[in-house]
Amino acid sequence: MIRVRTTVNGRVREAEVEPRRLLADFLREDLGLRGTHLGCEHGICGACTILVDGEPARSCLMLAVQADGRALTTVEGLAPGDGELHPIQQAFHERHGLQCGFCTPGFLLTTHYLLARGEDLGSDEELRAALAGNLCRCTGYQNIVEAVRDAAARLSQGGLR
Amino acid sequence: MKPPPFAYAAPASVEEALELLADPAHEDARPLAGGQSLVPLLNMRLARPSLLVDLDGLGLDALEWANGHVRIGAMVRQRALETDAAIAGRLPLLREAAAHVAHVAIRTRGTVGGSLAHADPAAELPAAMLALDARLVVRSAAGARTVAAPDFFAGPFTTAVGAGELLEAVEVPVPPARTGVAFVEAARVHGAFALAGVAALLRLDGGGRIEHARVALCGVAGTPRAPEWVGGALCGEPPDERLFAQVGERVRDELADSADEHRRALAGVLTRRALAAAAARAGGGS
Repeated sequence: MIRVRTTVNGRVREAEVEPRRLLADFLREDLGLRGTHLGCEHGICGACTILVDGEPARSCLMLAVQADGRALTTVEGLAPGDGELHPIQQAFHERHGLQCGFCTPGFLLTTHYLLARGEDLGSDEELRAALAGNLCRCTGYQNIVEAVRDAAARLSQGGLR
Repeated sequence: MKPPPFAYAAPASVEEALELLADPAHEDARPLAGGQSLVPLLNMRLARPSLLVDLDGLGLDALEWANGHVRIGAMVRQRALETDAAIAGRLPLLREAAAHVAHVAIRTRGTVGGSLAHADPAAELPAAMLALDARLVVRSAAGARTVAAPDFFAGPFTTAVGAGELLEAVEVPVPPARTGVAFVEAARVHGAFALAGVAALLRLDGGGRIEHARVALCGVAGTPRAPEWVGGALCGEPPDERLFAQVGERVRDELADSADEHRRALAGVLTRRALAAAAARAGGGS
């Protein structure tokens, strides 16, 4: 067993893990943060996407031991408080950017990264390419694209938290 | 699925990593770079190493510019090739090729050395390294040796890296002025494995004629391919769309032994397009 010490959503979190423990399972099973979803477990679906030191990464393709000393952001870290949504979450909610919700945590964090970079989202084709690492199997992508643009508009006023 | 059990080591130096990889108790030890190919293989239990040697702490993540080339440490992330300003200015083919590798969330973790050492036949970076005449630096306890890109890729998922060796860096010469490059590929959806991809590099002389040309392909054979006759077919000629189309047709026809009809047809068309784009960027119109 190896001791892993990370900062998750601003809080220091530690656990003893087997080397083979995937980061996604570390979050879900060892830390009880079940917002990170596991779909394909081989890096295709993007549901498990989190931010590692501010950059998106597949938590199913990282070992927990590789996250030692890193700062992680999961979907639980987005909302400012109980009963309140992050502007990205609010935009997905209002624009019907989710249906079953399984892929949503990955989309929210990919979107957070895109908007945090502060670059123009470009054409719909470019935005869809930027979101292509996340698969949704129920809404289709139209409402997700609209939600990301809506979130960008909200954040250009309020700033990204 | 979840990975099978393995031991894990995070050495602090290349020497220590080589020692661990040479440990007779762990003959099946595997180096862990960014893990974007190895961890899926572990999850699917297609790989069952008894020991993983994490290369993250070895300091192999630097881009060093010197003597007309850049030395790219094996642990430089693919995302860094895409975002580094000096790479964009001096080796734009690497930026363009890297942008075709899967998705951002993969490229932030996936490494240059990992992609080269994994040697997936569909991978973009091996083809780009062939086009750029890169040299791969392979280290063992006995010292470092340098392997030219065409000699490095031995077969599907097979390289010149032997037992007790580690890919440490890749040295890429910076092409001189009047060189144009392009990387184009076709995939079923954005970010998926390439059906076919082409890296083209073309240099013009002062009179606007081609004086150096190279084409390297991925996805169409067990290893990346850089047909040697391309330079001879193009050098001395002015850039010309019909000439590029002829090169594309010959590339297509020569892949009969290794690629299906669809990939061959794509390779031919993409070769023409890549050469035309490279010529335009070299200043020769198309």
